[in-house]
Amino acid sequence: MNEGLAAKLPVGLGLALEPLAEVWVYLAATPLFGLTLTLGAYVAADHVSARTGRHPLANPVLWSVLAIIAVLAATGTPYRRYFEGAQFVHFLLGTATVALAIPLARLWPELRARSGALLTALALGAFTSIAVALGLAWALGASPTMLASLLPKSVTAPIAMGVAEKIGGSATLAAVFTVTTGIVGALVVTPLLNAMGVRDWAARGYAIGLAAHGIGTARAWSVHPRAGAYASLAMGLHGVLGALLLPWLGGWLRG
Amino acid sequence: MIQGLAALLLFQSLGEVIAQLSGAPVPGPVIGLVLLLAALVWRQRRGAGEWVPLAQAADGLLAHLSIFFIPAAVGVMLYWEPLAREGLAWVVAIVASTVATIAVTAAYLKGRLGDAPDETPPQ
Repeated sequence: MNEGLAAKLPVGLGLALEPLAEVWVYLAATPLFGLTLTLGAYVAADHVSARTGRHPLANPVLWSVLAIIAVLAATGTPYRRYFEGAQFVHFLLGTATVALAIPLARLWPELRARSGALLTALALGAFTSIAVALGLAWALGASPTMLASLLPKSVTAPIAMGVAEKIGGSATLAAVFTVTTGIVGALVVTPLLNAMGVRDWAARGYAIGLAAHGIGTARAWSVHPRAGAYASLAMGLHGVLGALLLPWLGGWLRG
Repeated sequence: MIQGLAALLLFQSLGEVIAQLSGAPVPGPVIGLVLLLAALVWRQRRGAGEWVPLAQAADGLLAHLSIFFIPAAVGVMLYWEPLAREGLAWVVAIVASTVATIAVTAAYLKGRLGDAPDETPPQ
């Protein structure tokens, strides 16, 4: 990066920038770079999202990811180097998952009283997700690896990756499909449910958590705490159901 | 708040240990979530109020849940080529199935739970 940058610039400017380039080489080699880039991109994207009244198109995950990919491409930084810093943020995803127990405990009596309706909704939603995704992808000529990687796409990423590998798909493709599903869900949920006239935060949150796992759940939290709690519940239940049933379903589909 | 964070990390570690020992396909943090939920419901049954440091740590993390997905999502940049090859099939499948799943789930729950709007309007 040091030589590359200096060589591309006019001589005078290149000399003037040399100390700066050295500082860059130092910074890029420490976790500080990936960490600062992640937090900086998120703070900016979240600010825009808040300013637009949480407009679905201003989704903070989508824009942070695009901005970070652009910076990494422009500076020639490999993903591995970026992740050395970003892994600290990534690690806290597990801690935040555990923290979902607190809002669920607050709602526990209500959730128990509604468990019949919520579990039936889980079965219906999980079936719809698989049937529509596999049916369409198969009709459009997707390969068997692609189909096996699509099967767990509505389940939270760590479970989806493990399941895909078990049933002859690819963990990396499954991760990409899971992220894409999350972002698509976060983008469409508000206009879709407004058009359908669903106003109850419980139903809205549960639907997005079931269809679009963590990224959809994050969207629900940013809109309303009740929606967030119901989304967390749906994501957790769908994750457990997926981990138990999808490997079996995958084996059966392959015959 | 720091005591709360320590408690969350403790349950996360417990979940990881159980996941490793049992070889179950469920990730450690999901097991940690179930264990912590069981502990909190047990506390409620005994009539104990919410433990403030834990509530603060959890609310602090969950207020910005989105940020924790960013590092993994940036990894999409590594897989442009296989994705571009079968682009139409997977994009159509994901968009259609996500829309259908949200619609079916929400429509069913609207029918079952009734449709009582909260005071806060949808955004």
